[in-house]
Amino acid sequence: MAHIQLSEELPGILGPLTFSPDTAKPLLELAEVLLRGPNSLTSAERELIATYVSSQNDCQFCQLSHGAAAAEHLGGNYDLIDRVKLNYEAAEVSDKIKALLAIAGQVQKGGKQVTSEHIARARQHGATDKEIHDTVLIAAAFCMYNRYVDGLATRQSSDRDTYREMGQRLAKEGYVRTRNPAVEAA
Amino acid sequence: MAYIEYGPGLPGIRGALAFSAATAKPLCELVEVLLHGPHTLTPAEREMIATYVSAQNDCHYCQSCHGATAAEHLGGRPSDYELVSQVKRNYTVAPVSDKMKALLAIAGEVQKGGKYVTPDDVAAARRQGATDKEFTTRCSSLQPSACSIDTWTVSQPGSHKIQKSIARLESKRHGWVMWPGTGNNHSGQRPANSSK
Repeated sequence: MAHIQLSEELPGILGPLTFSPDTAKPLLELAEVLLRGPNSLTSAERELIATYVSSQNDCQFCQLSHGAAAAEHLGGNYDLIDRVKLNYEAAEVSDKIKALLAIAGQVQKGGKQVTSEHIARARQHGATDKEIHDTVLIAAAFCMYNRYVDGLATRQSSDRDTYREMGQRLAKEGYVRTRNPAVEAA
Repeated sequence: MAYIEYGPGLPGIRGALAFSAATAKPLCELVEVLLHGPHTLTPAEREMIATYVSAQNDCHYCQSCHGATAAEHLGGRPSDYELVSQVKRNYTVAPVSDKMKALLAIAGEVQKGGKYVTPDDVAAARRQGATDKEFTTRCSSLQPSACSIDTWTVSQPGSHKIQKSIARLESKRHGWVMWPGTGNNHSGQRPANSSK
């Protein structure tokens, strides 16, 4: 049961966002620009970073919803998402993405865990200043979103199939649109 | 030295915000509503929570900047700065309300991870009069936001130098959606919820 009164129909972050629209607005705008704004990293790659960090934080709702978004961006390749979460070094992603995931993993432990060696590895594989900046901010932001979702003990399903439709909506429509929480929760 | 090229003279988060205006906007808006928006908790109390979490994250810039802001909201006297230091060192014995102590306890749990917050933590806060809104907005948005921004800021080393005078003037007078170096203009107006 959630720590505060939230609508039982709204899973994960949807409950808190509906409870507090004044903070929901910038939170959703941040997610939109981070994960879908113009960028040399694709939306799939950015959703993958968010998913990986969320799995490291053991947040079911966030890793499964953003994992679904990442998979849908990739034409429904859910297996790749699972392999990245399990061991991204052995997964079929680019060396640059592996280096950026390494940075994201360090940010998840703490900002000071990012070293010049991590940065150098990313640069060796072609990462730009903006890509490094965005990776760090995505990882930091998802440490926030994960804590928001789990800190309130929101209702979360661990059944991946229940997130497929949500992933399709996120991939197609993004985070800042005319929202109907009842539709999103279905 | 920071890992990426920031503009000169912009310490801490200011360099990162100036580097990326598109993400700066929602970040600053979030912090503004969290720390200055209409609320039953005062801006001083909310800045204190942010400061405590930043201290737990060992982020020098954020704890200094928001600590100075909290102290200024309280009056800016040496005793106000000392109170902030006491809270960072050991809030359980600091002269703050029992409700604040319960909320700071929750903030400390969120800093470790969302799942560390227990029903007992929540019950303790409710016994001291904490409301759902105080709990969610302060303890499950503010603390993770502070963790987020701390991790973002400290991951760019060499950018932590801060002048207390700048922190006092800029954050207290202008709030968080008027950030120098990001293209915003100074209005010279105090945030609506400023205690002074």
